[in-house]
Amino acid sequence: MNNVLDFLKDVFTNFNKLYYFLVGGLMIVFAIFSVEAKKIIDALIGLSAVSLLSVLIFIMLKAPDVAITEAAVGSGLATAVMLFALWKIEAGEKK
Amino acid sequence: MRRIWAILIVIAFLYFFFKDVLPALPEFGKVDLFTRVSFDIISKSTKGKYEPIEFKKSSNREEGSANVVTSIVVNYRSFDTLGEVTVLFTAAIGVGILSSALRKRRFIELEEHFVLKITSGVILPLVLLFGTYIFIHGHLTPGGGFPGGTVIALGILFMLISNSQFRVTDASKHVEQISGVGYVILGLIGMALSGIFLTNFLPTGVIGDLFSAGVVPIVYVLIGFKVGAELSSIVFEMKEG
Repeated sequence: MNNVLDFLKDVFTNFNKLYYFLVGGLMIVFAIFSVEAKKIIDALIGLSAVSLLSVLIFIMLKAPDVAITEAAVGSGLATAVMLFALWKIEAGEKK
Repeated sequence: MRRIWAILIVIAFLYFFFKDVLPALPEFGKVDLFTRVSFDIISKSTKGKYEPIEFKKSSNREEGSANVVTSIVVNYRSFDTLGEVTVLFTAAIGVGILSSALRKRRFIELEEHFVLKITSGVILPLVLLFGTYIFIHGHLTPGGGFPGGTVIALGILFMLISNSQFRVTDASKHVEQISGVGYVILGLIGMALSGIFLTNFLPTGVIGDLFSAGVVPIVYVLIGFKVGAELSSIVFEMKEG
């Protein structure tokens, strides 16, 4: 019980750091969006947005090495690979 | 209604981004190094007493790299990085085997766009130069072999999208093999000279110089070439295989 109270106290004293919560909340929103999306390509865009926002969180937590890697791999290359896979499946279904 | 909520969230996000996040970044050249977390780590000494280090002045330290993460990843935990590179190599082999075994000739036809094709000639050298910069300066600034190689692979991906005639030849596999073997040979040279696999056998030089930190820049150049070649062949096989 005490731990919970301490946690809440921390949250409300650090409320000027609202952007942590904002970016984290946006990440959750995009994650739910990519689970619930009807079309697969929308889900891919949601996943890409999640990794782009996690780059921001890494920068705020002062981990620039991880941020650079995440920006290149997570939101660039992984999205491209999944997009190619999706297009290949669609090209196979057309035949 | 859903659209209004989306607009509100975006506006709030942009407001806090410009109000709080951007002013938190220091101005160029005016960083107070003593408030950074890395200061205590960078000024530690496992040999003797605490001695403060000065950028561009201290020399012959145990690890000579200004970037602490690099000095851990490539200097103290270099064997770990060798394993990580091996994992990536195994993944590339897996993609290659799958795409050649399940060969059903499903080509992805991308229309060539004129503007994209012309622009790619201008932007591609800059992208490749930026990737090379990231892995050459891995021991001085954030970054290193893995992000640099990935940026190079992104340039190759850009070329694949813009130009349908472009293909990644077998030269990428030779680059990958040569740089992978070079990393192991570097470790074996260290073993021959001082008895420890992958030890840092070169003089570490002045901290902050381009040619400092001993063996670290060589390892990062090798890793950069290896990762770039591997990831671009993965992307090419996903598109064409």
